Amino acid sequence: MAREIKVYTTPTCPYCKIAKKFLDDKGVKYQEFNVAEDKAALKEMKDKCKSLSVPTICIDNDVLVGFDEGQLKQKLGL
Amino acid sequence: MYELIIIGAGPAGITAAVYAARKKIKTLLISGDIGGQGLTAWLVENYMGYQFIEGRELMRKFEEQVKQFPTDVKVEVGKRAERLSRVNGGFEVSTNKGETYRAKVVILATGKRPRQLGIPGEKELLGRGVTYCAICDGPLFADVKVAVIGGGNSALEASNDMVKVADHVYLISLTSLIGDQILIDKVKVASNLTMFLEHEVLEIRGKNSVEGIRIRDLKSRHEKELDVGGVLIEIGLMPNSELAKGLVTLNRLGEVVVDCGNETGVPGFFAAGDVTSVPDKQIVIAAGEGAKAALQAHRYLQRLGK
Repeated sequence: MAREIKVYTTPTCPYCKIAKKFLDDKGVKYQEFNVAEDKAALKEMKDKCKSLSVPTICIDNDVLVGFDEGQLKQKLGL
Repeated sequence: MYELIIIGAGPAGITAAVYAARKKIKTLLISGDIGGQGLTAWLVENYMGYQFIEGRELMRKFEEQVKQFPTDVKVEVGKRAERLSRVNGGFEVSTNKGETYRAKVVILATGKRPRQLGIPGEKELLGRGVTYCAICDGPLFADVKVAVIGGGNSALEASNDMVKVADHVYLISLTSLIGDQILIDKVKVASNLTMFLEHEVLEIRGKNSVEGIRIRDLKSRHEKELDVGGVLIEIGLMPNSELAKGLVTLNRLGEVVVDCGNETGVPGFFAAGDVTSVPDKQIVIAAGEGAKAALQAHRYLQRLGK
C-alpha cells in the first residue's frame, strides 16, 4: 500500500525546496501544504506532528523535522 | 589510500575538488551534503557570472561541475567525518558510518553552523517554537508574540520581517545593536517591537511548545519573564572546526588559523572557506580559497614525490 507523505512548507524556506527537489528527483509522490497560508494545515502540523518548524515531513505516522537526506532515505527505504 | 581527502562539500570543498581533479590528484570528498551553507543562501547577487541566482541552483551547478570528473573525485553524500588524526606523516579520517580513509593531504572545508545560546529549554524546544531559521519558520508565528535573539544584521532582518506578521516582537541582544544603521532605523520605528538591549536570555520555557523566556538585564541584574510562542535565534555562526581541535591552531572564534597559502602550520593540513580565519564569509571568497588550497596541496604532494 502506498504510504501517505505530507510535506509542510513555507515559501521562504530553502530547506523545504531542497527536500521537495529530493523527493521529486526520487519520484516520490507527496502532498505539500503551505503552512504560511493554510491555517488548518499549520494546526495539523502542530497538533498531529508536534512540530513548529518547516520542512516537516510526515510519512504515515513517522515525523521528520528539517531535511536530513540520510534519515529521509532510511524512512522511505531508498 | 588517497592522495587528498577534502572534508566538506560547500563552495570551498567543491571548488577544491575540481581543482584537485584537474591536477589528477586521487581525491576523496567527504560530506553530509553537497552545497553546504550555499544551499541556504536565498538569492545570491554577488557571485560573478550571475546577476542573481538562488543558492541551491548555484550549488547544483557546482555539483554538476565536480561530477564532470568522475575518476578521482568520489562524493559520499550522507557521510560525516567524525575523527581526524595524523598517521605516519599523513592523515586518517573516520566517518559516522564506521569507515576509515587515509590520505597524504587533507583540506578541511567544513564551513559554519548557527551558533546556539546553550541555555535550558533551547534543545528541548527546538522545532517546537525555537528556530535558527527565521526565514523558514517566521511565517508560522503569525499573530503570536515572539522573541528575536541577537543584535547583528541577521537578528535585525528577522525582526523587520517578524513585525509584519507577529503580534509583538521582543528584540533581545547582549550588546547594543551592531547591524547596519538602515536596519536599526527600521526596527526603531516599528510600533509592535520592544527592545531589551544588554540583556541575556537565561531560559526558554514551555511544555509541548515555547511558552515564554526569562531574561536578565546585564547591568541591574533584574530578571523579567516574557510570554512568547516563538524564539528566533540569530546570534551568528560558529565554525565546524571540532575535527581540527588539538591538531592545528584555532583563533578565539574557533576558526582554523591559516596563512595566505591556506596552510595551517601542520604539513599537509590545509583549510579553506568559512571554517578558517580568512575574513568575510562569502561564496565567491570560499570558492577562491578552495581553489588556492587545492593548488597548494598539489605543490605539497609534488614536493613529497621528490
